[in-house]
Amino acid sequence: MDDLVAEVLQGSVRAMARLITLIENEDSNALYLMAAIYPYTGNAYVLGITGSPGTGKSTLTDKITSVLREREQTVGVIAVDPSSPFTGGALLGDRIRMQRSSGDAEVFIRSMATRGNLGGLARTTADIVKIMDAFGKDWVIVETVGVGQDEVEIAKTADTTIVVLAPGLGDTIQSMKAGVMEIADLYVVNKADRSGADELLSQVNVRVEQDSQIKKAAWQAPVVKTIAVENQGIEPLVEAIEKHRSFLRQSGKLRKNRREKTRQETLALLKDEISRNVLEKVLGNGRFDDLIDEIVAHKKDPYTSVQEILSKIFPEE
Amino acid sequence: MTAKKRIKVIMAKPGLDGHDRGAKLLARVFAEAGMEVVYTGLRQTPEMIVEAALQEDADVVGLSSLSGVHNYFFPRVVELLKEKGLDDVLVVGGGIIPEEDVAGLKKAGVAAVFGPGTRTDEIIKFIEDNISGS
Repeated sequence: MDDLVAEVLQGSVRAMARLITLIENEDSNALYLMAAIYPYTGNAYVLGITGSPGTGKSTLTDKITSVLREREQTVGVIAVDPSSPFTGGALLGDRIRMQRSSGDAEVFIRSMATRGNLGGLARTTADIVKIMDAFGKDWVIVETVGVGQDEVEIAKTADTTIVVLAPGLGDTIQSMKAGVMEIADLYVVNKADRSGADELLSQVNVRVEQDSQIKKAAWQAPVVKTIAVENQGIEPLVEAIEKHRSFLRQSGKLRKNRREKTRQETLALLKDEISRNVLEKVLGNGRFDDLIDEIVAHKKDPYTSVQEILSKIFPEE
Repeated sequence: MTAKKRIKVIMAKPGLDGHDRGAKLLARVFAEAGMEVVYTGLRQTPEMIVEAALQEDADVVGLSSLSGVHNYFFPRVVELLKEKGLDDVLVVGGGIIPEEDVAGLKKAGVAAVFGPGTRTDEIIKFIEDNISGS
């Protein structure tokens, strides 16, 4: 196990691929392995790309990767697609749009299925980011599943979040709503050669302007027009990403945001471990079902019962 | 709380033919069977397929060919997988493969060749029975 982490740190692509599988499968050694990886993290810049299905996220990821490669940066890509809630299987199709990058050995692309996690990412995506970071990738790009309105987990993982929009998917009110539209550090209007693109662009600009009137913010999200399949607008997009990165660094926000992310992640980990430990104790002795019988018979109530269980496990409280 | 290990499949079409109806259908069949299927699309070189298998830590590589290039491409994929230390990846092929070529492909390390009309549940069973580490 230690060998595997050592090999990853020495640059073995095979070891990294295997380690990712272990973490993805929530192997019993996962916490131990991630603990060994953690000291080597914190160097990669994490870019999140989200948006509705079919807006061009994968193609944009490919083109952004090419520009970063021209600038001699190494890149890891995590492309998330949904698992079937019925069969658990998944068709992971983002790699098709990443043909240019997938021929480049310095670019590591990993497809991930959500495996039942809602929110746009898999449960373990943030850990996979850390593995690519420790491996030494300068950039890790995370492409979410095609999102609707509510999947904002990416903003908890990425340093810069790009929301990709394309014409023909809704009216002005859509651009005013809460959720995904709120997490953009940068908007991309892709497929800008299609009809309705200019209207969409001005709607998003109105939203950005409204945002600045509602609350004062040091960063105003730029709106960038692209035609990803024709490689148009990609250089300006990467410039805008770099600009946001400099802003985060110079304002001290990068450090502040990452601290908050660490706090959230540690808290989530703690919650997982607490519930796992507590449930093991509660369900382990078989008396839980007796309790349920009593509750069903109305001899006890669930609310008091839960308090009683907890006061046995944590006697101080 | 450990998540179930899922079979990961790379579906690829090596060479220049543009007929991917069969490959796409099988990608869906495998996903319906609970596998995680990475579809890499048309016109893949053996190098691209093997790089994908490496990065994705695939259990299975499925190759489809209808243009008669299987005798070069399929063994080449097996060879490159071995070079990268991916000996444990199961390679299966399908498409239009003349009967007389099958023995040679198997000798070259292709575990099975499924021609047109093969029942899909037969293919799924073969994969489930033959992947290593499960």
